[in-house]
Amino acid sequence: MTATLSTSAPRRVLLGSRALRRFVRHKLAMIGLVMVLSLTLACFFGPYLLAYDELFIDLRARFAPPGTGAHIFGTDPLGRDIAARLFHAGQISMAVGFAVMAIATTIGSVVGVVSGYYGGKVAAVLMRIVDAFLSFPSVFLLLALAAFIQPGPVMIALIISATSWMEVARIVEAEVKSLRDRDFVQAARMLGLSKSWIMFRELLPNAIGPIIVAATLTVARAILLEAYISFLGYGIQPPLPSWGNMLNGAQQYLASAPWLAIVPGVAITVAVTGFNFIGDGLRDAFDSRTAGE
Amino acid sequence: MLRYLLSRLGQSLILLLLVSCIGFMVLNLAPGGPLSQFALSPGMTQEQIDKIAAQMGLDRPLVMQYLDWLWHMVRGDWGTSYRDGQSVLAVIGSHLFATLLLMGTATTISISLGAAIGIFSAVRRGSIFDHTFTVLAMIALSIPTFWFGLVAIYIFSLNLGWLPAGNMYTVGDGSVLDYVRHLILPASVLALVDVAIWSRYMRTSTLTVISQDFVRTARAKGLTRRRVLLRHVVGNSLVPMVTLAGLQLPMVLGGALVTETVFTWPGMGRLFLDSLGYSDYPVVMGLLMTSALLVLVGNLAADMIVALIDPRIRLN
Repeated sequence: MTATLSTSAPRRVLLGSRALRRFVRHKLAMIGLVMVLSLTLACFFGPYLLAYDELFIDLRARFAPPGTGAHIFGTDPLGRDIAARLFHAGQISMAVGFAVMAIATTIGSVVGVVSGYYGGKVAAVLMRIVDAFLSFPSVFLLLALAAFIQPGPVMIALIISATSWMEVARIVEAEVKSLRDRDFVQAARMLGLSKSWIMFRELLPNAIGPIIVAATLTVARAILLEAYISFLGYGIQPPLPSWGNMLNGAQQYLASAPWLAIVPGVAITVAVTGFNFIGDGLRDAFDSRTAGE
Repeated sequence: MLRYLLSRLGQSLILLLLVSCIGFMVLNLAPGGPLSQFALSPGMTQEQIDKIAAQMGLDRPLVMQYLDWLWHMVRGDWGTSYRDGQSVLAVIGSHLFATLLLMGTATTISISLGAAIGIFSAVRRGSIFDHTFTVLAMIALSIPTFWFGLVAIYIFSLNLGWLPAGNMYTVGDGSVLDYVRHLILPASVLALVDVAIWSRYMRTSTLTVISQDFVRTARAKGLTRRRVLLRHVVGNSLVPMVTLAGLQLPMVLGGALVTETVFTWPGMGRLFLDSLGYSDYPVVMGLLMTSALLVLVGNLAADMIVALIDPRIRLN
């Protein structure tokens, strides 16, 4: 139904309110939004409501099961409050997730728009590099990088970004390639606008829908990847808590203190599920083909 | 067909070269470098370290080192492990079987289960079954594999005591049944994510096929729904799945690494982590190349199979 309109005018005009309405009506997306928002609120305001600091060690209260005294989620092998650690870890894990989203989306957009606009040899080289990165299992590459670099949260975010930009690059490349010979681009060229203006101001905004979807899914992916490498001991290092490194020692206490494994795992699953639900809703909202469903 | 095969093979080789280049640069540009573990030995002087570097050729420009490494690798000399002096190929070879066994079993589970769920969801589109599995698939994609493994161990090994919590076989047993018992938990855990992915793609693929003319013709001929579904729809909607299986390989391999750690499975993933711990550069590099090689061969095989069964692609 929008096909006739979008051939002449860039699609961004149509994206705003209609997409928003579709998004708000998307049940799963709203559930996801609630999950993410409540988790974010808990992580950033929860610590003020707790009786314990996340670094407070109480060796008399080691391995307290959830619900012991004021320890709502119990304590860890050092007697630290798991709830306090969980919320602080959440701040870090989510910050890493959003940082990766920003970095990876930027790299992906630039690579995609450049190879889509220039085509030919430039595109051939850039897209082969994309393929090469996709041929590595990302966990292998991530671990190889993380193991040899001093991993702080910033470094971890950069490393995860280095293995997460390819999806966006592919999406943007495809979109830009299909648009570069359209009339509005020709017009911009004839007006004498610079190449970078045409690429980033005329072409890139047309891919904004798919980019936002991919960006949302990147947050989910980044939180998962951080959990993987921190679980394996190469990610964010203690005493700084992250959801992944809280699970790091959990396996050896699985029989005696299962909550050590269960609590952070549930937090990761809720966060990642939330972002995936939102991404799914955004995809349906931006994609007019599935709008009728 | 031959031309198609050759051009795909050429593309894969170029890709492999790029992959090796990226892998080599990543490992060698990272701080520390191959010599960091020697520097840890007490009483080691800078002079001695320089000597080792010169012996191992690590004092040359990086490009020369890369070309040298590449030349040796192509001829089947992947270097020796820093840890025990064994040849890298032998070390990797001894861990390959366990990983392939785990991945193969998991993929078999995920393809059959995922395809079944996907077809059923497509046929009953919009039903409660369809919606439930849509949501379940998205949750399954969000669960960290290793955590799912921990939960599975907690339930099935520690509480119910049905299955072993780790390792590939019991020392002193090693019968097929013993292997199977050890395989069930890790393979199911590894398969979970893929069941989710497969069911979603299979659903889409089946929906596309169902709406095509030849399916309507088959129905119009008077064939029963079941017969149309089994004879005409399922086979055709499985074709894109072959390509997908190739594309999924890096994910399955990455998942296997983590799953192996949780279940102390003696495969390439465990080897990779151990080698990282020892800064065993040749083995790490060899594993990166093996994984990329597996992925590329898998993709190539998938493309070949699709070309064989689908004449439309072969003729292009």
